[in-house]
Amino acid sequence: MKPNALVLQARGTNRDFDVMDALTLAGADPVGVPLNDLRARKANWNDFQMLIVAGGFSYADALGAGKLLALDLNSYFEDEIAAFVASGKPVIGICNGFQALVKSGILPGISVVAGPEGATQSPEATLTFNKQGHFECRWVNLAPISQTCIWTQGLEDNIACPIAHGEGNFQVSSQTLLNTLTANDQIALTYILPDGSSAKGEYPANPNGSVLDIAGICNPAGNVLGLMPHPENHIHPYQHPQWTRGISGQSGLALFENGVKLAQGV
Amino acid sequence: MPIYRFVIRFNQPDPRSACYKADAHALGFNTLQMVECQDLYFIEGQLSDEELQRLALKLLTDPVIQSATWAALPAEPTTLSPDTVMVEVALRPGVTDPVAHEIIRAAHEVGFTGVHRAATGLRFLLGFDTSALPPSAPSSTDIRLSASQSAPASALAEKLAKQLLSNAVIQHWTFGGITPSFPEEAQASGAVEIIPIRELSDAELLAVSQDRRAALDLTEMHAIQACYRAEQRDPTDVEFETIAQTWSEHCVHKTFKAKVTLSSPGRGQGEGRVIDSIIKTYLKAATDKIAAPWVISAFVDNAGIIDFDEEFEISFKAETHNHPSAIEPFGGANTGVGGVIRDVLGVSAKPVAATDILCFGPQDTDPNSLPEGVLHPRRIQSGVVAGVQDYGNKIGIPTVNGAILYDEGYTANPLVFCGCVGIAPKGKHRKTPQPGDRVIVLGGRTGRDGLRGATFSSMTMDAQTGEVSGASVQIGDPITEKGLIDVITRARDLGLYTDITDCGAGGLSSAAGEMASKTGAEIELKDVRLKYPGLAPWEIWLSEAQERMVLAVPPANIAALQALCDTFDTELTDIGAITGDNRLIVRYGGKTVLDLDNAFLHNGIPQRQLKAVIGNHVESKQVNGETSTPVYASTCLLDYLIALLSHPNIASKAATIRIYDHEVQGGTVIKPLTGVMADAPSDATVLKPIGTKGTKGIVLSNGINPEYGKRDAYAMAWAVVDEAIRNAVAVGADPSRIAILDNFCWGDPKRPETMGTLVEAARGCHDAAIAYGTPYISGKDSLNNEYLGADGQRHAIPPTLLISALGIIDDVRQSISMDLKQAGSALYLVGDFQPTLGGSHLSLITHHSGAAVPAPPAHAPAVYRALHEAIKAGLVKAAHDLSEGGLAVAAAEMSIGGRLGIDLTLSPDPNHATRILFGETNGCLLAEVAPAAAADFEKRFAALPLMKVGTVTAEPVLKLAGDVIPVADLAAAFNAPVHASLIPSH
Repeated sequence: MKPNALVLQARGTNRDFDVMDALTLAGADPVGVPLNDLRARKANWNDFQMLIVAGGFSYADALGAGKLLALDLNSYFEDEIAAFVASGKPVIGICNGFQALVKSGILPGISVVAGPEGATQSPEATLTFNKQGHFECRWVNLAPISQTCIWTQGLEDNIACPIAHGEGNFQVSSQTLLNTLTANDQIALTYILPDGSSAKGEYPANPNGSVLDIAGICNPAGNVLGLMPHPENHIHPYQHPQWTRGISGQSGLALFENGVKLAQGV
Repeated sequence: MPIYRFVIRFNQPDPRSACYKADAHALGFNTLQMVECQDLYFIEGQLSDEELQRLALKLLTDPVIQSATWAALPAEPTTLSPDTVMVEVALRPGVTDPVAHEIIRAAHEVGFTGVHRAATGLRFLLGFDTSALPPSAPSSTDIRLSASQSAPASALAEKLAKQLLSNAVIQHWTFGGITPSFPEEAQASGAVEIIPIRELSDAELLAVSQDRRAALDLTEMHAIQACYRAEQRDPTDVEFETIAQTWSEHCVHKTFKAKVTLSSPGRGQGEGRVIDSIIKTYLKAATDKIAAPWVISAFVDNAGIIDFDEEFEISFKAETHNHPSAIEPFGGANTGVGGVIRDVLGVSAKPVAATDILCFGPQDTDPNSLPEGVLHPRRIQSGVVAGVQDYGNKIGIPTVNGAILYDEGYTANPLVFCGCVGIAPKGKHRKTPQPGDRVIVLGGRTGRDGLRGATFSSMTMDAQTGEVSGASVQIGDPITEKGLIDVITRARDLGLYTDITDCGAGGLSSAAGEMASKTGAEIELKDVRLKYPGLAPWEIWLSEAQERMVLAVPPANIAALQALCDTFDTELTDIGAITGDNRLIVRYGGKTVLDLDNAFLHNGIPQRQLKAVIGNHVESKQVNGETSTPVYASTCLLDYLIALLSHPNIASKAATIRIYDHEVQGGTVIKPLTGVMADAPSDATVLKPIGTKGTKGIVLSNGINPEYGKRDAYAMAWAVVDEAIRNAVAVGADPSRIAILDNFCWGDPKRPETMGTLVEAARGCHDAAIAYGTPYISGKDSLNNEYLGADGQRHAIPPTLLISALGIIDDVRQSISMDLKQAGSALYLVGDFQPTLGGSHLSLITHHSGAAVPAPPAHAPAVYRALHEAIKAGLVKAAHDLSEGGLAVAAAEMSIGGRLGIDLTLSPDPNHATRILFGETNGCLLAEVAPAAAADFEKRFAALPLMKVGTVTAEPVLKLAGDVIPVADLAAAFNAPVHASLIPSH
């Protein structure tokens, strides 16, 4: 049976139709659901087996990309999303969706040790301004790393797809968190050179200066993935920048097929 | 109520500050050693200490990378080191500040209901190397010195604040702490002024026109006077302003509809001939004669519409936003993009692509050489590009096709052409309002912003323009417009409205006026939702506040439309009703402030009478500094090639292209940059719109050539029509399915010589369109692109015609890119190869006057047809057009694309090698053909001009006329950046 995929449409979401195209090809039944319809209970979280927080510029990136959408997620749907994540259903946040998942604390999803004040619980990871100082749109190469992440596990091929963001520079407040992410197998995708070797932080293979070339991370359980690049924009043969040279692969599709496969099992 | 100031700083060096520093250095501020840019937020409200802390940490700061401080105003003076100057910048009252709006909304969402108002700003800490500074202030003589800071440093900081850190049109700045300016809470005003027009003398009539910046001439003022004498009353200010807007050049195109009397001194022919409307005689005439069955709508709607497939139609429109971009580049370009997107929404289409063609002054212009009030071309470019980026990226429309050109003539008057393509299911767009339908405004609120933009764009600019017309410029809010797309495309599918039009120049007066022009309407201005109170009725009616659409909606459908608006956070306001009496009636609180007959408002404007002198190019004076012998001559042709590849007009535009999202919506099949390293320039873009079935695609390209425009307007029009079509054909567009748009940017049409070149260009448009069978579906003109400098000199732009092409390709999988694919392929030159140096880029480099500009290519239509059939048959591996820089540059670019070499076997006559390799021609392309396909390919061109000019080689070197150069060197020259960095968006 085709899993129902909830594609969240916030104010300023704009790659919703792109990802719905990818989900359809991957075998899901995607439904674009405006955030206000969820608030008004016109749509029911329980009717869905997948959750997609799509790319765009929610609230125009005011006060930081994804920040205000994260606020919405926490203000209106904290329990629903927590239940969705806890149930093991696949969740993916792409670009602005990734930013929102990080800034809401859903990713990296590691319980933060309470500070001396007891209550201060600041997220330790963020996605900030690209190192080169501006928005950038270019194709990148990604290595699927995590075998814990249900979206990337078992993927044999590297993924080629575009990035299109100004705030995709993944940074953390401490080396401890990086160690934890590595130990937990939470580094889902990294930027690499076209030949598959490490980008070593070098622009443009690493297009934004992210630490450890991190392009995407998952939660410790592996069902929630966030990533800056847009695999949903490489699902047709004619999308690859060198398809006129005979190079293609639709290599973004496998990621969604993984998610759909899991959703069918939930 | 207390106001708190929050200062947010990065804990480590941040990219935005680095960009500001790089830009300052590029403007000559070489002693600037340190820039630290911090965010300022001003929040007014009753807030506890704990709330302030949580607001700072939870909402305003990214705690991983930033830290915050806050205090109530007035702030304590900040202690700084003696070498550091602090400058703070804030928006002027009434300028759109979407972030401030989000702060209030978000604060309430998380329970800080005490937050009342908010504003944003920027703080700059500037560190100068004072040891390197001269003892006295540089250049400027009237600099105020701050006693606490070292005099030379603060003088430099003031200069920097004016040149880079702020723009007086929308911002104010201070040394030290700035105070935010919230709009004054003014009382609602119903004040309506009566203008006693009936008794005025001619001089007084002109004075009224000038005082109100109405841009109406005496004949038009007389027509208004006659109308009111007949009605035995005087107009209200609302009426007068409405007439001025409706009759503005921007709205009614009176020059293009004028009766023009021609004279051609010394030629004798055509003397005294009269042209009744350039549009009717040349542009619309071409479309009518071609009568393409696939044109669905031309020249009548907000955008031109053509057939796509059984299910969909495609719309296309391009507009300019030149004058606003000159004084506030970010906001001008930003709202230019927003405006043209609304044009496409105005034909009920979903926007799927944006284009931008930009013309600027040279980036290395000496800042001290600029006339007073003129921004530096670098700053204009970075602001315009940031404005296009901000709107297109945020609204989620790929910016996929464009061009950037540089000429001294654009220094004070840049050109910003914004285009938008839309797609809509057939038969859903309705333009038939019925009496009783409600007049509905969707989207943004109305403020004092953008008043008199239509007449502003119809006037020559002077040094005071920035100050006086500051209100004409504003910042866009793309997310609100995204809401409009979401609501309108759904409302269209549900059939909820009977008419739709965009709010552009002239605001409601234009939009509701147009809607009322069919059967009449009555409007209540008090129902219009305002950003802040205090607007006079005429201001509400004329405001050009962005992101608004006007719909006619049957009363029974209002509830369904309201539900859609609620879902997508879009405001719906009912401001009146469609009537059946053919009058436009506007009231304020029930009191009639406008009562005009449609016939007078829309048809009462007297036809302009203009004179045109043909064949006497006043603009040819701009072709200065050229001599009959080259000033710079090289014995090595490769020097020319390298110089051309790195010429700003030809060199890579990757730095701009890559900050535009050209991938969103997933349909960009042939991308703006292509090849092995994705760094070669595509001729055109191919799109497969998301949601369409089958294999069909859209092709977008453009043609523009001001160098030819300076010399021969008729030939220029031919050349750019040909170029736009040629570019589209190069990627696979069907030449019999291309529609084009015209955008004229010219000087003052009241000067007969300028009118002469305009007429000649329009005639060229007509003749070329007929030759190719390519109809115009929409057009726009921007006149009076002139600038009166403080020196009293007139600065006019080169006559500039942009042709934007919209083609159809039957199968996107058959499209081709321009990069060389395979060693061993043959390289053919197809088309009428008639290279000339007149107006060529080689002439620009060598300051050589050359000769005539390229002539119309006789065989081009047949050549394009044959090439298209060859592409469809799979015979062509790559194709690229010959344009700026001629044959050698085209070949070099193909080599760069494939990182493959070319052995250019064409051996030009040594006496003409320069002309043959670098001369420019119309109608020609290079085509790469595999050896196995060569015979078939040649057969298709048996009766057409075709030359084999070379062979593709595996060794990545270009061999031409005995010289050899590595492709890597060509790529390095081509990728030489035009500018080092970009100013981040506001």
